[in-house]
Amino acid sequence: MSAKDLRHPIKRARGLGSAQSGVGHWWTQRVTAVALVALGLWFVVNVLRIVHGGFEAAHALVSRPFNAVLLIAFVAAMFWHAALGLQVVIEDYVHTRWKEVSLLVLVKFLAVLGALASVLAVLRIALGA
Amino acid sequence: MAEFTLPKNSKIQPGKHFPAQGAKKPRTFRIYRWSPDDGQNPRIDTYEVDLASCGPMVLDALLKIKNEIDPTLTLRRSCREGICGSCAMNIDGTNTLACTKAIEECAGGDVKIYPLPHMPVVKDLVPDLTHFYAQFASIKPWLRTQSPAPDRERLQSPEDRKHLDGLYECILCACCSTSCPSYWWNGDKYLGPAILLQAYRWIVDSRDEDTGARLDDLEDPFKLYRCHTIMNCARTCPKGLNPAKAIAEIKKLIVQRRAA
Repeated sequence: MSAKDLRHPIKRARGLGSAQSGVGHWWTQRVTAVALVALGLWFVVNVLRIVHGGFEAAHALVSRPFNAVLLIAFVAAMFWHAALGLQVVIEDYVHTRWKEVSLLVLVKFLAVLGALASVLAVLRIALGA
Repeated sequence: MAEFTLPKNSKIQPGKHFPAQGAKKPRTFRIYRWSPDDGQNPRIDTYEVDLASCGPMVLDALLKIKNEIDPTLTLRRSCREGICGSCAMNIDGTNTLACTKAIEECAGGDVKIYPLPHMPVVKDLVPDLTHFYAQFASIKPWLRTQSPAPDRERLQSPEDRKHLDGLYECILCACCSTSCPSYWWNGDKYLGPAILLQAYRWIVDSRDEDTGARLDDLEDPFKLYRCHTIMNCARTCPKGLNPAKAIAEIKKLIVQRRAA
């Protein structure tokens, strides 16, 4: 019998106890989802409107301040929501601890970089740089 | 990673065939068999049962097999009326109680019977529920109070008692938890639908005074938030309960006590 078998099952069930967190993740995922319903609709409608307009039409669209703000909000909400969602997928399925932690950190890095790059792209057009 | 294929020693082999001699109303049962003692892989044994001399429920057929065809078949059963939860198993593709599942309700063709999914198997249709029961103990499923003990019972209004309907009926058969993919992949930490429904049963009990501590214990990315509302639990519950709703109510209470 291994040493592990000598432990009472309650030891394993209680584990390290509650992390006292999780509600922030859960709530933020829902709030960003609600934001993305509205922003996503706005985004799709505008993309459809300029779909045949080429570079000029896209440039004109993004350079309007109202559109630039909404586009930044859309990109921020999207990367935030995506990072939260991917975190759940990784926690669900990746059970080798070092791989799990590495992937979780990588996803956060990529989400932040993606969001920053997208915001910069919008700002360059919107501010006429 | 989560395991999507069975390990080599768990792959199921074809098993023995027990034909029914001169049966008036034969029905074939294909049953998962595994013994810890013989070093063999699990197998599926095929039994033909004469329903003309058998009770109407799947448990009747299983006991007929054990009594008259193959005494080595191992299963748990006790009350035979859906109140003890012992005979929970996977019948015809769904976790349910063998005693309340009618043979006629099973889809045409062979009736396939397996132990509850993704649990260690003790033998044949008997799963090891040690961790499941330990998780139940971990939520401290009893009345926890601060106020001094009264001289008589702690009273509850009929309205407050109604909050326990749909919760108190749970018999802890583990059908729901073992139908939940989240419990399959993360059952070591995720409490699963049955235990969370039981936790909610004490959270909404008007006589329990430890609600905050109960929510504190549950607020955890794995203990509670592995529920992704897949809803297998509500679909499979042989008592018609809705553990997913109880879990949603717990999540709502945890949001409610913080600033949005």
